[in-house]
Amino acid sequence: MLSAVWLVPALPLAGFLVLLLLGRRLGDPLAGWFATLMVAASFAAGIVTFAGLLAEDAEDRSFTFRLFEWIHVGGFEVDVSFLADPLSVTMVLFVTGVGTLIHLYSIGYMHGDERYPTFFVYLNLFAFSMLVLVLGDNLLLTFLGWEGVGVCSYLLISFWFERNTAAVAGKKAFITNRVGDWGFMVAIFLTFFALGSLTYAGEDGILERAGSLPESTALGIALLLFVGAAGKSAQLPLYVWLPDAMEGPTPVSALIHAATMVTAGVYLMVRVSPILEQADTALTVIGVIGAATALFAATCAVAQRDIKRVLAYSTISQLGYMFLAVGVGAYVAAIFHMVTHAFFKALLFLGAGSVIHGVHEEQDMRRMGALQKYMPVTAATFIVGWLAIAGVIPFAGFWSKDEILASAWQDNKILWAVGFVTAILTAFYMSRQVYLVFYGEARWHERDIKSPDEALAEPEHEPAAATAAPGDEAEHHEGDPHESPWIMLVPLVVLACLSLVGGVINLPWWLTLEHWLEPSLEGSLHELEVAGWIQVTLAVVTLAGAIGGILAARAVYLRQRVPAERVEPPVLQHAWYVDEGLSAVVDGPVEEVADGAAAFDRRGIDGLVNGIAHVIQAGGSQLRVLQTGYVRNYALGMAAGAVLLLAFFITRASF
Amino acid sequence: MEYVVFAAAAAIIVGGALGVVLSPNPVHSALMLVATLFGVAVIFVQQDAHFLAAVQVIVYAGAIVVLFLFVIMLLGVDKAEVLSTEPLGGQRPAAAAVAVAGLGLAILLAVQAAEVTGARSVAGELSGDYSNLEIVGRTLFTDYLFAFEATSALLVIAVVGAVVLARRPRQPEEVGTDGG
Amino acid sequence: MVDDTWYLILSAVLFTIGGMGVLVRRNPLVMFMCVELMLNAVNLTFVTFSRALDDVGGQVVVFFVLVVAAAEVVVGLGIIVSILRRRPGATADDVSLLRG
Repeated sequence: MLSAVWLVPALPLAGFLVLLLLGRRLGDPLAGWFATLMVAASFAAGIVTFAGLLAEDAEDRSFTFRLFEWIHVGGFEVDVSFLADPLSVTMVLFVTGVGTLIHLYSIGYMHGDERYPTFFVYLNLFAFSMLVLVLGDNLLLTFLGWEGVGVCSYLLISFWFERNTAAVAGKKAFITNRVGDWGFMVAIFLTFFALGSLTYAGEDGILERAGSLPESTALGIALLLFVGAAGKSAQLPLYVWLPDAMEGPTPVSALIHAATMVTAGVYLMVRVSPILEQADTALTVIGVIGAATALFAATCAVAQRDIKRVLAYSTISQLGYMFLAVGVGAYVAAIFHMVTHAFFKALLFLGAGSVIHGVHEEQDMRRMGALQKYMPVTAATFIVGWLAIAGVIPFAGFWSKDEILASAWQDNKILWAVGFVTAILTAFYMSRQVYLVFYGEARWHERDIKSPDEALAEPEHEPAAATAAPGDEAEHHEGDPHESPWIMLVPLVVLACLSLVGGVINLPWWLTLEHWLEPSLEGSLHELEVAGWIQVTLAVVTLAGAIGGILAARAVYLRQRVPAERVEPPVLQHAWYVDEGLSAVVDGPVEEVADGAAAFDRRGIDGLVNGIAHVIQAGGSQLRVLQTGYVRNYALGMAAGAVLLLAFFITRASF
Repeated sequence: MEYVVFAAAAAIIVGGALGVVLSPNPVHSALMLVATLFGVAVIFVQQDAHFLAAVQVIVYAGAIVVLFLFVIMLLGVDKAEVLSTEPLGGQRPAAAAVAVAGLGLAILLAVQAAEVTGARSVAGELSGDYSNLEIVGRTLFTDYLFAFEATSALLVIAVVGAVVLARRPRQPEEVGTDGG
Repeated sequence: MVDDTWYLILSAVLFTIGGMGVLVRRNPLVMFMCVELMLNAVNLTFVTFSRALDDVGGQVVVFFVLVVAAAEVVVGLGIIVSILRRRPGATADDVSLLRG
């Protein structure tokens, strides 16, 4: 059963190839169904592999499936092999599971788009790359998948490339990722240099032998890998691409920028946890940056107007939590939060997509409101997601977030405080979003609000053309908001159920996930030794903070007791002016440096090369004089040479 | 007595050589060359190389110089060359310098090398029972037979080469008449 | 007995004069004759050493030098003839097509 592991990436790859060739023939919606089928089959293969692992004893749960020999050069040996161990199978399950739901959703969401088949080509390619990333048994194969998801991210963000902002956002994502990739690459070189291997598992693998690394080398590798992870998982300062990535279609935001690709960084950190454990400074750095990112992004999310941008900053913030967990050694908590976050964030994004679809491509929350009556299923599932992310018991987010905060309390009280404040802010801005979108006054057109029955009796509208820019609502409100088709609602419902019960995978008294993941962590896990009553107290305090945030948002946005402008200063709306600052720096000093470098290259280096050629040419012209063409001159040369030789031999040889 | 012979022969040789180099008229140069070759033949005799002296006169003076004269007469290059000017600048001073240096070194070498230290009579005894002609003949046809045969082939090739080089290009309409 | 050194000096002088002649004269036939002078100087040296070492090998070498010189003259004159036929009155300086 374990040999089914190769099917997991192979099926989406097959889907990609088939759709590449036949996608246009299959068309809307058959191409979408085919792609979904491939990912669902991959999920099934993942289940089979999972069952295979369960059948083994806990210590033996590591299975390497070698597909073929790849690079064998001198001492450098890397194969295309898949590693099925608890960590990778966990990733596979939620990537393919959530991925299937999002594929299903996209069949409905992208219906009517001109390039419908292409979308699914990219989605399947993405699924393949992500699975290679997760299943790869060595750093190089992980990097291959890493790059693959980066490319797919670019392709999908700028899917509607006719819109200039989308094209620019795609480039921004790719280039920022590239900066991170530099760190990853140097880390690979350093790892090979220090340990002579890139493979994770096995006696010669890097995880087993991480203990032999000197601290400085481990610090270097860890920090460089974190640079890569920061790029992929949008941590400070490489987060700037994620808010702009919302230009892509909403399923893309859900799949790539909420549930899967951005979690690749966290996966990498947990995978190389033995190396991180060798360098405490690295853990501290990761924890601090994670916490700072969480707080920073939460402050930005408070003031965003676009429904998807709030969720984008929220993603950055929650990813910060995961890195905070890594930084305090709570690897299981990080994975736990990653899984629960995948559920509720995907749910929130898909719900947002449903809302956007329902209000005819409007994305500004100031022009929504009172949608709960018109889109009950969307509203209900969105509320489940909201409660999960705010950390309200018994939803999944409560358990995972509290596990992180408890570990933070044990390691560094300041980090706990930052996490606590962020939790309050999270509750606040998510509540703000819910109140603005689903409750309050209807602000989406000037007419009176119709009763729900009359609204639902309106004929089904085709979604407006995908190239509509958000904001020009006057011509597009052909009618009232409407609920989305069943094909978009089913994934919402499934994800809502998962967000409700997802906490069960690692309840504090059973710790199922922790026991499951132990073999993959090679003893790196920092045991939670906080007393039980302290844990409960912390949980209660956090819950109180969350409820406080919800009430505060209610006061501002529902009851209008405090004017909204006081809570949303411009500095937060523009996300602390980071993007503007970057543009200023790049347009100014960076461009100057680039011009200088170009001039140096032209005049200095090219001049040097051309100069050498010039000198040689001049020398040649000078030497040309010797070639007179006259035989007698040549004879003179020969005679002179002979005389010199004679002199040489006479003076050297002894008689 | 020998010194006298040597001195006379040396004088002829050097005088003839200078004549070859300094005569504007090539015919005079050829005649001076003959004188030099005779002088060398006398020296050969004095060195007990009788066979070589004979061959020198017959082949060198008798055939080669005659060949030179034939060509000079045939081609009409017997006009005098203008010796006073030198179109190539710096050639004469440089040649003089090289010549002086070369001569100095050669004399140095000669003075030092007169005491021979090599193995004696490797190829055959000169002062042995055989006469000079005999010993040369014996050595030539036994130890150096291959070289001898090779040089005969060389001569054949040289003849063929000369014929090919010197003939006039054959015109198609001249078939039948003597091509030269 | 004349000392061998004198013979060697004589051949050195002869060789030098021949060498100067090759470098200074322009008439191709005279240049060729100067080359013959140099060859004769070499022959003289060989014979001298042949007697000093009591070795007939030196004389055999002279024999071969003579033969090869003859062949060389034949071919060389053939070349000169063919050149001078095309350009009557040409000197060594006129064949300078290889000028760089």
